[in-house]
Amino acid sequence: MLAFAIRRLIEAAFVMLTVAVLAFLLFRFVGDPVNQLVGQDTTLEDRLRLRQQLGLDDPVWVQLGRFLWNAARLDFGISYQAKQPVMMMIADRLPATLELAIAAALFAILVGIPMGVYTGIHRDSWLSKLFLTVSLIGISLPTFLIGILLIYVFAVKLGWFSSFGRGDVVRIGGWTTGLLTASGLKALVLPAITLGLFQMTLVTRLVRSQMLEVLRTDFIKFARARGLSRGAINFGHALKNTLVPVITIIGLQVGAIIAFAIITETVFQWPGMGLMFIQAVQNADIPVMAAYLILVAFLFVAINFVVDLVYVRIDPRIRIFDKAG
Amino acid sequence: MTVTASPPLAPARSRWQRARDSDLMYSFLSSKLVMLAALMTVLMVGSAFLAPLIAPHDPYDLRSLNLLDSNTPPAWEAGGDPRFRLGTDDQGRDILSTILYGTRSSILIGIFSVLLAVSIGVSLGLWAGYAGGRVDSVIMRIADVQLTFPAILTALLIDGVAFAMFKSASAGPAKFWVLVVAIGLSYWVQYARTVRGVTLVERNKEYVQAARLIGIGPLRIMFQHVLPNVLSPVLVIATINLALAIITEATLSFLGVGLPATEPSLGTMIQIGNKYLFSGSWWMVAFPGVTLAALVLSVNLLGDWLRDALNPRLR
Repeated sequence: MLAFAIRRLIEAAFVMLTVAVLAFLLFRFVGDPVNQLVGQDTTLEDRLRLRQQLGLDDPVWVQLGRFLWNAARLDFGISYQAKQPVMMMIADRLPATLELAIAAALFAILVGIPMGVYTGIHRDSWLSKLFLTVSLIGISLPTFLIGILLIYVFAVKLGWFSSFGRGDVVRIGGWTTGLLTASGLKALVLPAITLGLFQMTLVTRLVRSQMLEVLRTDFIKFARARGLSRGAINFGHALKNTLVPVITIIGLQVGAIIAFAIITETVFQWPGMGLMFIQAVQNADIPVMAAYLILVAFLFVAINFVVDLVYVRIDPRIRIFDKAG
Repeated sequence: MTVTASPPLAPARSRWQRARDSDLMYSFLSSKLVMLAALMTVLMVGSAFLAPLIAPHDPYDLRSLNLLDSNTPPAWEAGGDPRFRLGTDDQGRDILSTILYGTRSSILIGIFSVLLAVSIGVSLGLWAGYAGGRVDSVIMRIADVQLTFPAILTALLIDGVAFAMFKSASAGPAKFWVLVVAIGLSYWVQYARTVRGVTLVERNKEYVQAARLIGIGPLRIMFQHVLPNVLSPVLVIATINLALAIITEATLSFLGVGLPATEPSLGTMIQIGNKYLFSGSWWMVAFPGVTLAALVLSVNLLGDWLRDALNPRLR
């Protein structure tokens, strides 16, 4: 277990180093940082001085070392576009993305599990077939199309929810939250559904297939023979035994939710990190892109590391190298 | 020395007869849904490639555009114009023609990026499986790492970096190939893993040993002897991948980092239409959206069917 954890840790460190070097190459060689920071009427001497200040005349290795050291301290320099520290911009927008991601994950779990249980128990009812058809469409349609559809129906036609921004937010310390105001909650509904729909269908299908499997086992038959109520059998015994893979999948999907937040945030103009990244790409704002790249990579590596460990911990039968291959 | 393919066992039967009697054809004809999906795909691909012939207008021809025509609703709505059956967008382009041309670029980007992903993935998979040892573990580690990131994120990152690099030269043709490369590089992993798995098995079979004994080089063994045995899973993955590639292209264009707005593509059309959703111009987003959804669904259904029909073990 320890050897496995250490090996995975070294691997994770290697991945992070690769991503950081890529980010550095991007930062250093795409466009001239000085040109991006100053206006057109800056004199040549001023430019040279700024160049000196930024350390752009040092050998590339020294610059790389400095970049890595700064990145490790979460210092990603200054945004070309907003002219403020990148880390401040990220700290500003992180709460929006996290709230959206958590809401989406909750939606996926709280709707997906009951739907999975229902379709698992009543596998031939018309409602199950409806659920499964809807989930098939949910998987096939691109996220942004679903978002637009929801906006058109629930915001433009029915006017129930708002379709862009976060609504009114309340600032608590360094954290801004939209969960405490009515307009904030209203604004959260559509993006959370859009973002969580894919994961919801995933959870539904997974719980369904697991339920179908568990319901066939002897201990369920025995529970029925003992005369336990249907609720106790279905939820107390069957569902409990389906949860290990579900938890693993949800853990792995957290990363996907963060990634797809880019799309959802663009559709709903949600002021989070994903929207910031897209705007940075459109403006060639390299420091912001580099920072986002490193943060997302870190997030993914961390999640995978934890999920791998949990996996081995929960189920020692899993042969690690089979899973990797 | 070469190993020639053995002659067909029953030369009396024509190629057409054999195709008609095959299992594949049988399972195709026995599912109405699959036939419908195939019909839809053929129709959409066909009309997309015939776009220059059948489209009523040419969205590339700026002289034919008239801003006075912009925001026209479909012909059957009040204020519609019979010249524009599905209405026009904000630049006065005919929606129907733009969809035809847009579907063409979406499909082309999809096909080229799948071809790129297949060539990278199959070569690396063959190499890893055949060589084994260090080569195998390095290639598969890279594949594992890339698999931890969702493909659409990888494509977005590659495309975003390229977008920032070539900002000045982001004309249509250049962006087209940037998208192909970004999407192609994001989807090779699955091929590599599948091909490697099959190659590991095939490598130890007698025909490969025989080929090696008579002195055939490893490249030739990999591509001429092992490759034909891994083609059917590759074909299945490629079909499903085509749908994913089309979605990815549309998503990137929708996000504004794919094809430029002047270049017709389903993604850019939806992006433009999205801006006018609140003013009630639903047709700008609805028709390209439905086209994209139908295209992706049909290709997906075909892929699912191929998977079941060609190789039941893949399920």
